[in-house]
This record gives sequence, structure tokens and C-alpha cells, in this order.
Amino acid sequence: MSGMVEKRGIGTWLTHLSLIAGIAAICFPIYVAFVASTVTQPEIARPPMPLLPGSHFLENYGTALSQGINSPVWLMLMNSSIMALGIAIGKIAISILSAYAIVYFRFPFRMVFFWLIFLTLMLPVEVRIVPTYEVAAGFGMLNSYSGLILPLIASATATFLFRQFFLTVPDELIEAARVDGAGPIRFFIDILLPMSRTNIAALFVILFIYGWNQYLWPLLITTKPEMNTIVMGIKQMFPSGDDVAEWPVIMATALMAMLPPVAVVVFMQGLFVKGLVDTEK
Amino acid sequence: MQKRVVFNNRLLPYALLAPQILVTAVFFFWPAGQAIYQSAFIPDPFGLKSQFVGFGNFEFLFSDPYYLASFQTTAVFSAAVTLLSMGAALWLAVMADRIIKGSGAYRTLLIWPYAVAPAIAGVLWLFMFNPNVGLVAWYLNAIGYDWNHVLNDGEAMGLVVVASAWRQISYNFLFFLAGLQAIPRSVIEAAAIDGASFWKRFWTIVFPLLSPTTFFLLVVNIVYAFFETFGVIHTITGGGPQQATTILVYKVYADGFVGQDLGSSAAQSVVLLVVVGLLTVVQFRYVERKVHY
Repeated sequence: MSGMVEKRGIGTWLTHLSLIAGIAAICFPIYVAFVASTVTQPEIARPPMPLLPGSHFLENYGTALSQGINSPVWLMLMNSSIMALGIAIGKIAISILSAYAIVYFRFPFRMVFFWLIFLTLMLPVEVRIVPTYEVAAGFGMLNSYSGLILPLIASATATFLFRQFFLTVPDELIEAARVDGAGPIRFFIDILLPMSRTNIAALFVILFIYGWNQYLWPLLITTKPEMNTIVMGIKQMFPSGDDVAEWPVIMATALMAMLPPVAVVVFMQGLFVKGLVDTEK
Repeated sequence: MQKRVVFNNRLLPYALLAPQILVTAVFFFWPAGQAIYQSAFIPDPFGLKSQFVGFGNFEFLFSDPYYLASFQTTAVFSAAVTLLSMGAALWLAVMADRIIKGSGAYRTLLIWPYAVAPAIAGVLWLFMFNPNVGLVAWYLNAIGYDWNHVLNDGEAMGLVVVASAWRQISYNFLFFLAGLQAIPRSVIEAAAIDGASFWKRFWTIVFPLLSPTTFFLLVVNIVYAFFETFGVIHTITGGGPQQATTILVYKVYADGFVGQDLGSSAAQSVVLLVVVGLLTVVQFRYVERKVHY
């Protein structure tokens, strides 16, 4: 059997054991959160909390979804979905267009535009947070979906990814398209876009997770509870002062907040891994 | 690299570029310019007019013990997060690489925490270690260790480090596993036939061959610890106790939005811009070298 020669040394059982121990350690916080989301508030307020799930699953999740604490969770889930989809689709749309212009056309200042986009690679929103907030506030974008989405959709990473991909597309295709009399828009829609399907899908998975998990930006941009996204809204669920937090409802919300992106990673694993590897090149 | 064949069209390329350039100009360059501009002024307490101070804000920053302490906190925090998440991930990847059947299942079980938002990760760990109701805090107390990260600097730092490293293990695991699987089996088998033990093979052959992956992950993890852990800090400690977990990114937010010290916050943004620039340069030098391998 191939691969058996180097298997001497540590036994295979030890290998499996350390992997299982590692997974157990990594999953432990989720298990604790799940147990907490199925018990009552008094059970948590009198520590130690139970180690096995209780019988209040439906009650806690129902309370969270329909009422929440400041804002019902279904509303925050909807806001998060709109924000994540808006960021993912918006980034892909503006990036694929600009990459197409840079690769398939020659025009004055082409490289200037290229470098202008490239520079944004170095500017995470956390770094320029105060002035970016002022700009968004100046446009009246507070408490709006455009305020949540637009400032986050410019991305050099996606533009680069498409540029790299377009450069690998054989020149014969564009020659053939020209012989057939197809113009640049025809070529883009009929040939380039279908060829980019896998890249678009992989990028979509990564950008959806990125958008869903945004925290600081929605924290500043949304002041009304009905515009909260779920990831930032969870912080608002903690009481100020000495009141005891409603842990069962908060933990149910935390699990619902992580469910969509985790499902995307688990069920679209191939695309997720491709997206991660591509975006870090 | 360039295309030999291109379209000739005068206006279309500008139209295609317009949306991205517009968004970039409005939400990147204008705010970045504002940060640089504001960093040279001190607004009066009523926000009516500003006084030009040149590099005054920077001089003040670099003589401010709180800011210098924040630099140190960031260094300790980033080093700890990077070491912990990369060490754990490397160990798990080496183990998963030894398994021929079933490594796919382990991979699925190990990569999902990447999808958990830093802020949610913060809430999960906060709950386990909450001094009043937390499960782990209670059992620590039961065996005689009095856990209270709300008051204890070291415990607060430990908690935000573990919560930040927790979700990053997935990412590092994925890249380490890919790096390990790219090492030719024949090289390792040859050493095995020569009688080298597993750990000897690991340190003399596998680890050196893995160094491009390790270096790449080092940069990515430092960037993560610097800029993407805001949610963890904000949910667990809020920078406390007494600024013990106030990393640079948190301080920009705290001084700008909570403290309303806009000149100082802008100057801090500029300092961070320089840090990001340096890290990007390091990353690109690495990419260049990779091409020559």
C-alpha cells in the first residue's frame, strides 16, 4: 500500500484521538451556547448551568424570532440578508466591469485607474472609520440599506481576481468573436460572463460571509433598532448596568446569527475553499 | 502581462470603470484624505472652528503614555493570537494529513468556525467565562481559581486572545493542510526508509518545505489580529479593564466616537494607514519571491 512506509512512529489511533480532541475543543463553545438556548433564565442565573439541553428550545427561539429584546430577530436576519447580498452582488458587479475595462481595452490613464483601485487594498474600513462615517452621514445614509452597503462595496480584491482570470482567457476567443461581428458588450455577456461562472460563485460565497459578519460599520450606521443587523444587534441585547442578561434568548440569537454563513461554508465547501485560495493570491 | 488583442472603443471603458471609481473616490479616497487633513488640526470643544497644529497631534500621540501602551497591547495581542491559532492549526493539519481516509470529514468539522463573525465568537466566549453565570468560570471557581476578567488585566487579555484565535484556526488549518499535501510523498518516504522518525522528518523536511505557507499565514494572521478583531474586543471587554485590551483599532473608535477627540483619532488613522501600507509591502515582497521559486 502506498503511504504506509512513513506511517511508523506515532500510532494512527493517536492521530485520530488528537483530531477528535481538537474538534471537541473547537465545538465546545457552540455546544454550551446551544444548551443555554434550550433552558430557562433561572437555570442559568443559578450557576452552574445544566450540561445537557433542556426542553425550552421552541420557546426561546420563538421569543427571539418574534420579539427579541430591542428588535425581533426575524427583522435583524432580514436586514443582514439584504446587507450581505447587497455587498456580495454589488462588489462582484462593479469589480467584473472594471476588470473587463482594464484587461480588454487600451485607453488613456488606464494604469492610473488600475493603481487607484489597487490602493484601496490597503484601506480597511476600521482604519478610516471616523471620516467614512462623516461622509455617509453627510449623504443622509444613516439608517438606510444604501448606507450599510455602498461604502463597503469597493474592493480591489475582487477586481484583481477577475483581472487574473481574464488574463488566462485565450486571445483566440476574442478574435473569433470579432470575426463573427460581436462587439465588446456581446462578447462580455455571451462569452466572458458564462466562462466566469465558477469564479463568480466562489467569490460570492466569500463576500456573502464578509458582508454578513460586518460589525463596526452597522454599529455606527444604524441607530434605529429596526435597521440593526443581527451580528451587531446581539451586542444591543445586553442590558446596561446591573441587570442580568437574558442569556437563553441571547444565545438562541447568537446561534441563528451564525447559521446562514456556517451553512454556506459547509454546503458549498468546494466553492468556499476555492474562494479563500483565490482571494488570498 | 497584457492582452495582444483588445477592443477599440473610446468611451465604453470609462463607463465600465465609472461605478467602481466613483465608490472608491467617495468612500475611500475622500475619507482617507479627510483623515490626513484632520490630523493636522485640533477642533475647539464646541466644534465651531479648528486650529492648525501641523504635526502637533502626532507629537502629542507619541508622547501619550496611553497611546504607546496601546501599541504594546496590540503587539502582545497580535503575537499571542498568531502563535496560538497557527500552532493549533499546524498541529491539527499535521494530524489530518496523516489520515488517508476520512480527512474530508475532519476538514468539514474544522473549517466552519471561519464563518462565525468575530463579534459572535466574542459573545460565545464571554458567556462561558462570565464571572457570574459562566460555565467555565464557575468550574474554575469550584477548583479554587477565582476567575474575573472584568477586573483582571491578564485574564481579560487571555480571553480576547483565545476568542480571536478560535475562529482563525479554521483558516490556518485549511492552508496548512493544502501546504502539507503539496509536499511530494516521495521525499517523505525516502526519509522514512532511511529510518528518520516522524518528528525528525517533520522538523528537517516538512517544516522547512512548509515555510512559504507559514510566512504567508504569518502576515494574514497579523493583519487579522490588527484590524478584524474589533468585534471580539468590543463584545468581551470594551477595551478594559483600564485599557488593558485597547488595541490600536479599538482606540481609533474609542477616541473618535466615544471620546469625540477627532484630531487625535484622525492622527491615529493616519498611523494605521502607514502600518497597513507596510504590511501590504511585506505581503507583496513575499508574492514576488513566490514567483521565483
